[in-house]
Amino acid sequence: MAAVTPVGAVTPAEVEAPQPRGSMRSSRLRRLNLFRWTVFTLATLFFLLPLFAMVRFSFVGTQPGEYTISAWTQIASYPGLLDAIRITLELAVITVIVELSLLVPTMIWVRLRVQWLSRTIEFLCLLPLTIPAIVLVVGLAPVYRSVRQHVSLSPLQLFWAYVILALPYAYRALAAGLDAIDVRTLAEAARSLGASWFTVMVRVVAPNMWQALLNAMLLTTALVLGEFTIASILLYTNLQVALYQISRATLDAGVLFSTSAASLLFAFLLLLILSYVGRQRGRERR
Amino acid sequence: MAGVRPVRAGRRLPLAWTGTIPFFAYVGLFLLLPTGIVVWNSLTDASGKLNLGSIKTLFDPAVRMYFVNSLELSAISAVVGAVFGAVIAYAVASGNPDGLVRRLATAGSGVLAQFGGVTLAFAFNAAIGPTSGFLTKASWYYDFPQGISLIYVYFQVPLMVLVFLPAVDGMKMQWREATENLGGSTWHFWRHVGGPLLAPAFLGSTLLLFANSLSAYATVQAWENQIAYVVPQQISIAITSEVGLASANEAQVLALGMVIVVAVVMVSYTLLQRRTSRWLR
Repeated sequence: MAAVTPVGAVTPAEVEAPQPRGSMRSSRLRRLNLFRWTVFTLATLFFLLPLFAMVRFSFVGTQPGEYTISAWTQIASYPGLLDAIRITLELAVITVIVELSLLVPTMIWVRLRVQWLSRTIEFLCLLPLTIPAIVLVVGLAPVYRSVRQHVSLSPLQLFWAYVILALPYAYRALAAGLDAIDVRTLAEAARSLGASWFTVMVRVVAPNMWQALLNAMLLTTALVLGEFTIASILLYTNLQVALYQISRATLDAGVLFSTSAASLLFAFLLLLILSYVGRQRGRERR
Repeated sequence: MAGVRPVRAGRRLPLAWTGTIPFFAYVGLFLLLPTGIVVWNSLTDASGKLNLGSIKTLFDPAVRMYFVNSLELSAISAVVGAVFGAVIAYAVASGNPDGLVRRLATAGSGVLAQFGGVTLAFAFNAAIGPTSGFLTKASWYYDFPQGISLIYVYFQVPLMVLVFLPAVDGMKMQWREATENLGGSTWHFWRHVGGPLLAPAFLGSTLLLFANSLSAYATVQAWENQIAYVVPQQISIAITSEVGLASANEAQVLALGMVIVVAVVMVSYTLLQRRTSRWLR
C-alpha cells in the first residue's frame, strides 16, 4: 500500500481540494496512508522511549558522559538479587507444571464426557480476570498466616495463588488449541483401539495441541515473572519485590535498570518464541 | 480397566463429572474461598454475627478519598487509553491484514499490555523522572492524577488495541463505499455509520480498561511508595501493618468495595459485549 502512494506525495492542497468523483477513492487512500504512518510513528515513539531510557540508564556511569556495564555485572553480585531471580524462575516452573496438569486433563475430559460443565469451567477460569489480585490476597493472607504459625512456608508456596492468577491466560490458550482439533474423534479412535484414558490424553490429544500447550506455558511464565502484588503482601521476595526494595533504598541504582531491562528482554524472548512457533504452525496448515 | 469397558459403564452410571473434582477443589479452595472470606468477614463482626456496620466504613471521608482517587485515575487512564488505542486499532485494521505492521502491532500490544509492574515505573522514572529524566525532568511526575495516569496509559493503550481490534476488523469496506455512493463524506460515515456501530464495543473496551487500572497495584506502588493514593495501596497498608482485628477488617471492607465496583463494571461490560456481537460478525 505504502509503495503505491508514498506519504511524501500528499500535499495539503490535494487533500483539501474537492475531488472529481472518480478520484475520490485514491485521495482518501492517500489521506488514510498519511494518517496511518503518523499514528504509527507517534505510537512507536511513545512506546519505545521509556524502554530506551531504561536501557540507556543501565549503562550510565557515575561521571557525566561515561558509559559502563557495571550495572549489568552487578546483577550477579547484588545482595539477594540472584536469590530472588532463582526463586522466581523456580516458581515459574512449578506454576506451569501445576497449571497444565490441573487444566489440560480437566478441559479434555469436559470436552469428551461432561459437555454440560463447560460453561461453568469457562466462567471459573475467566473469573480471576475480574477479581483483582489485591482482593484475592486479602482472602488468602489469613490462610497463609494460620499455616505459617505451625510450619514455615518457603516462597515457593506462592504457586498456589499463581496458578489461579494464570488460569484465564492458560485457559484461553488451551481452549484455542482444543477448538482446532477434533478431540472426540481422536479419543474415540484411541479408545476403540484399547487405549486407556491416560494414554488418550498424554499420547493422543496432547501431541496434537503442543502449540497451545507451549502458548499456555509461556503466558504463565510471563505472568509469574511479573508478579508483585501477592508476593509483596504475603512478605515473600520474588524478583519484582526485590527490585522494589532496591528502589526504595536508592531510586537511581543502576542495577534496577539493568535487571528490569534483562527481565523485559527475557519476556520479549518468550513472546518471540511464541509468535515464531505460531507462524510455523500457520505455514504447515497452508 | 480395558476389560470392564468403562465407556459403557460411565454412560449407565453418570459419574463422568467426578473427573472434574480436582479442578473444582482447587478453584474452590484458592479462588472462591478467599473471595468468600473477604465478603464474609467484611459483613460480620468478630463474633461471626451479621453486622453491616463495617460497610459504613466505605463512606468514611478518609476511606472515600481512596475510592475517589482510584476511580479518578481509572477513568482518566481508561478514557485516554481507549481513545488513543482506538485510533491505533483503526490504523492497524485499515492496513494489510497479513502485513508486517499488523503483526508487529499485535505482538507488541500483547507484550506491552502485560508490561506493568514495578519495572514500568522505573522506565518512566528514567525517561521523565524529576531527577533522572532523560527526555525531560518533569516537575509534575509525582503529582497525583497526571503523573501516574501517563504511566498507566502506557499499558492501557496496548490493551485497547488488543480488545478493540476485532470490532474494527468487523467493519466492512462496503459500508464505507455505500456511504460514499450515497454522497456521504468521511465525517458522515463516522457520524452516522461507523461511530454508532463501534460505540458499544468502544464503551465496553473502555470499561475493561477501567477495571484493569482499578486493580493495578505494583506500578502505582513503585511510582510513589510514601503516600497511599489508591485503594489497593491502602489495602496493602491495612493488611501488612495490622495488629488487631479492627484493621484486618479495614482491608476486607476496602476489598469488598473493590469487588462491588469491579462487579458493576464487568456486568456492564458483558451487557455491552452482547450488544456488540449482535452487529459485528
